Amino acid sequence: MTEPLLDVRGVAIAFGGLRAVDDVSFAVPAGSLSALIGPNGAGKTTLFAIASGFLRPDRGTVRFDGRDITGRPPHLNARAGLTRTFQIVQPFAGQTVRENIAVGAHLHLAGRREALAEAERVAVRVGLAPQLDKPAADLTVAGRKRLELARALATQPKLLLLDEVLAGLNPQEIAEMLPVVRGIVAGGVTVLMIEHVMQAVMNLAEQVWVLSQGKLIAQGTPAEVTRNPAVVEAYLGHGTAARLLESAS
Amino acid sequence: MRDLAAIAVFVALVGALLASTGSGVMLNFVTMALYATLLAQAWNLLGGYGGQFSFGHALFFGTGAYAQAVAQLQGGLPAWLALPLAVVAAAAVAAFVGALAFRYGLKGSYFALVTLAFAEVFRIVALQLPFTGAGVGLMLPLQESAAALQFASPRGYGFLVLGLVTLALLATAWLRHSRFGARLQAVRDNEDAARALGIDPFATKLAACVLSAAFMGAAGAFYLQMFHYIDPGIAYGPTTSVEALLGAIVGGMGTLWGPVLGALALHGLSDATRNLFGDLPGLNMVIYGVVLVLIVTFVPRGIAGIGLSVRRLWRGRDD
Repeated sequence: MTEPLLDVRGVAIAFGGLRAVDDVSFAVPAGSLSALIGPNGAGKTTLFAIASGFLRPDRGTVRFDGRDITGRPPHLNARAGLTRTFQIVQPFAGQTVRENIAVGAHLHLAGRREALAEAERVAVRVGLAPQLDKPAADLTVAGRKRLELARALATQPKLLLLDEVLAGLNPQEIAEMLPVVRGIVAGGVTVLMIEHVMQAVMNLAEQVWVLSQGKLIAQGTPAEVTRNPAVVEAYLGHGTAARLLESAS
Repeated sequence: MRDLAAIAVFVALVGALLASTGSGVMLNFVTMALYATLLAQAWNLLGGYGGQFSFGHALFFGTGAYAQAVAQLQGGLPAWLALPLAVVAAAAVAAFVGALAFRYGLKGSYFALVTLAFAEVFRIVALQLPFTGAGVGLMLPLQESAAALQFASPRGYGFLVLGLVTLALLATAWLRHSRFGARLQAVRDNEDAARALGIDPFATKLAACVLSAAFMGAAGAFYLQMFHYIDPGIAYGPTTSVEALLGAIVGGMGTLWGPVLGALALHGLSDATRNLFGDLPGLNMVIYGVVLVLIVTFVPRGIAGIGLSVRRLWRGRDD
């Protein structure tokens, strides 16, 4: 078996007395589309921050593409092909959409003209082409999510960590976004997404990990984890799984 | 390309004005306005494009001025050779202070305070050291020749500072159309997002700090050549720091022409108030202050921002 692209082993981090992530291990195979789900405050975004280098774990290791990258700063990870997007979108507000995406493209392209041209190509891939010359600050939420995605994509990553790219979108916008994400994976980029929109997770993900109170409580295909009583209880409260089962019978 | 064409037109116009004017007042005004532009544009490189608000840019100005003086007086170097040394000295101080400040992630008001504090430290050190002339300062002996960068006519200084301003404008234009500039603005707008895209904020801010300081150093060297005298208060006092940041903020941070407009407006304003109310000491500063408050309150994006707002209004977009 080949080594997974991202291999997280026994990672833990605490903020004061709160164990935000507690002994979490998982492995993302190259070329896959996986999802990390869990209730609010489960530690998903913290786990992303550890994997991408924004936080150094108290314990455990992160391996990417065969190398130990635990605690390596994010800009070095991005150069190695591991980048992330942010749940709270972070556009370079003073700049146009084209300029925003070009910042990502500059990772591998030194020339301004080449980077701007690449920005245009990436914008077409995520459906931002009509907005290229708008200031990023003028975009709608859906537009900003696409921009977040486009900027990360422009760095030509091997692994893309998507932090809730669908949150805050209406059903129509979600439906438009799904093929974009699928297209990215088809283009050879491995994607791990944090997502609350279950319909999207069911639709997209091959494998799902469920995080609750800093611990992994389940993993498997989307269908498997949604049937898992522990997962149902994590979302809906203690005892719910039994009650649901009762009412169903 | 448009930036380069605009710079060429600007340099040609100002150059023609310098060459043709017979009025000493005009010559002096243009020269000092260009000098203020140089300060503002230097500050703009780090403050406007990098978002790092230095309150102590006199640190680099003073270092440049002292290096220019010491290299000639103690080192026996010709002035034109001292000038690059002054630039390097200012850049070296910026590399040291910038590395300290950015290593510990100082931002916003903390960065402003650190630069202010370093400028004060350097002022006090310069007051004590023998080779800076301590409190007496350093006097450049009069030696009028182009090789000594001392000119019999003020026109010579006008052209010298116009040359330096041109370089500063070209550096700014380069920032606007280069990978480094794109990265610097990305760090300014959102450091975390920049890091996720492979940008090292420390190296980027440090490089911008060094570039900005190099031009401040050149401004310091120019000051010494023009006025032949430097002391710790002139070199490291807050006056120059404030002049540099006001010009950029009033004119419009992060724009190519903002610092030019800001320096011109402020310099014109201070000249006008001094001429009109010179017999009422202090009143000129009051009026100067009031106008500053008005500009900062009502034109927060600076003079260059007025054009932008009007253009947006014209296109029927609002913010």
